[in-house]
Amino acid sequence: MSADATAGAATIPDRALIGYLPIGFPDLETSIDAAIALVENGVGVLELGLPYSDPVMDGLAIQKATQAALQAGFRVRDVFAAVEAIRGRVEVPTLVMTYWNPVVQYGVDRFARDLRDAGGAGLITPDITPDAAADWIATSEQQDLARVFLAAPTSSDERLRETVRSSRGFVYAVSTMGITGARQDVDAAARTLVGRLRTAGATGPDTIPACVGIGISTPGQVAEVLGYADGAIVGSALVTALAEHGVSGLARTAAELAQGTDR
Amino acid sequence: MLGQTLLTRRIGKKRVIAETGAGQHGVATATAAALFGMECTIFMGEVDTQRQALNVARMRLLGAEVVSVTTGSRTLKDAINEAYREWVTSVETTNYVFGTAAGPHPFPAMVRDFQSVIGREARQQLLDRIGRLPDAVLACVGGGSNAIGIFDAFLDDADVRLIGFEAAGDGIDTLRHAASIEKGRPGILHGARSYLLQDEDGQTVESHSISAGLDYPGVGPEHAYLHDIGRAQYLPASDDEAMEALRLLSRTEGIIPAIESAHALAGALRVGRELGPDAVLLVNLSGRGDKDVQTAGRWFGLFDEGATQE
Repeated sequence: MSADATAGAATIPDRALIGYLPIGFPDLETSIDAAIALVENGVGVLELGLPYSDPVMDGLAIQKATQAALQAGFRVRDVFAAVEAIRGRVEVPTLVMTYWNPVVQYGVDRFARDLRDAGGAGLITPDITPDAAADWIATSEQQDLARVFLAAPTSSDERLRETVRSSRGFVYAVSTMGITGARQDVDAAARTLVGRLRTAGATGPDTIPACVGIGISTPGQVAEVLGYADGAIVGSALVTALAEHGVSGLARTAAELAQGTDR
Repeated sequence: MLGQTLLTRRIGKKRVIAETGAGQHGVATATAAALFGMECTIFMGEVDTQRQALNVARMRLLGAEVVSVTTGSRTLKDAINEAYREWVTSVETTNYVFGTAAGPHPFPAMVRDFQSVIGREARQQLLDRIGRLPDAVLACVGGGSNAIGIFDAFLDDADVRLIGFEAAGDGIDTLRHAASIEKGRPGILHGARSYLLQDEDGQTVESHSISAGLDYPGVGPEHAYLHDIGRAQYLPASDDEAMEALRLLSRTEGIIPAIESAHALAGALRVGRELGPDAVLLVNLSGRGDKDVQTAGRWFGLFDEGATQE
């Protein structure tokens, strides 16, 4: 398992702030600039969302952005162009978060190859479980890509062990039962879940890190999560900042959130 | 649906949620929730709340909260998305009563098993009353719950043709239809791999049908399987054909069928001509048309000028 965690493309930094933005929102060029602005302001890992017609894990902020991207003409092939442009300018692990059907329709092997060629680090896949992902597990091994499966507070111990065993790069711990979107409090369930993931084998960089996402929107919440987890994932708060205040406003929000990673 | 509600009680949850297209499943779920004293929330696309306003009122009369879904295509597919989002948020107290034989395992199997009573009873009644099995069993297919329910009892009767009718909307050669098996290709939606109306990138394409209950871009995975192994056949029936069949049954039998079920009736007219007068066809008249009178009134121009219908 240690080989997995330290796989070249899939290595994530210690105390990582992981920032999510959808590709193609508000347009392809701006989304590339926005991702670079995140990195320049302290985001250590990029999670680029692939806009999809039926984003069942996402709350309104991300739904609106990804729908706008689709209406503006987003195509799946834009992902590779965006990753390549971003990786040409900044040196951070860049993962793509995608629902599974677009990958299947593009071709799992072809998607993995094109992502790897573009300099991408791997995929975060919210709507497949490891037991249904044999082809992706094989392909990501071949292509040396990270594969991040999700663990939820309701997951059984057996499911958590399977998720830890099958993930590569990190495990995505869903902080609370719910969809993406800012919350006043990040649920205590997140701490419990990370504890259970530790028991299931995700003990940190030496094995595989456990990162917490959903509901995190303030520097204080980032700091709190990094008190027990290996990384904090922020999405809706960044998307909202970009939607309301453009790239410069996004940069300010990212810099504030990054203060939460200070020891 | 009653089965799923009993299951909800058994696992100790106090609230049910459901999606609905035409409103039939929503009304059924709201009825069961009222009967068992459970809270109930129904998700319905905004487009459907307008064309099925009567069922919205029924659900509210029964004490259910009806949420009008304004995202995406604002029809059944998006009602399911929203119900999922609510379910994952409230799963500790809430059970999702799925309305069709699609979605993630075990819903397709569970919905089929609960719906299969109709097929078993129909098969027995035919044996009792005419002493033989039908030549063909016909049903409309959106997600496909009523169809899989009536097909199930006949799967092992190799001589019985099973025919599902998908909504062809304006026609399967237009972009406005809901014929997932005829015009779709395999893809993943709502946790199941089946035939799906989608674009080259795997984005779900919006479906169209005059019937809210068939207006779904996917189809239950067991239908995809029955199609692939050749056990069942899936044919299109257009808005025009369905509405003509609705009018015909109304005038000849005094039964106003649901527009959904009228797709199966339209198919029966075609299959009947093909098989001749001695053939026995079993048609699943899965819903009644009271809820569709407004749509039919507009379609056939039955309203007096100046009368208020909204």
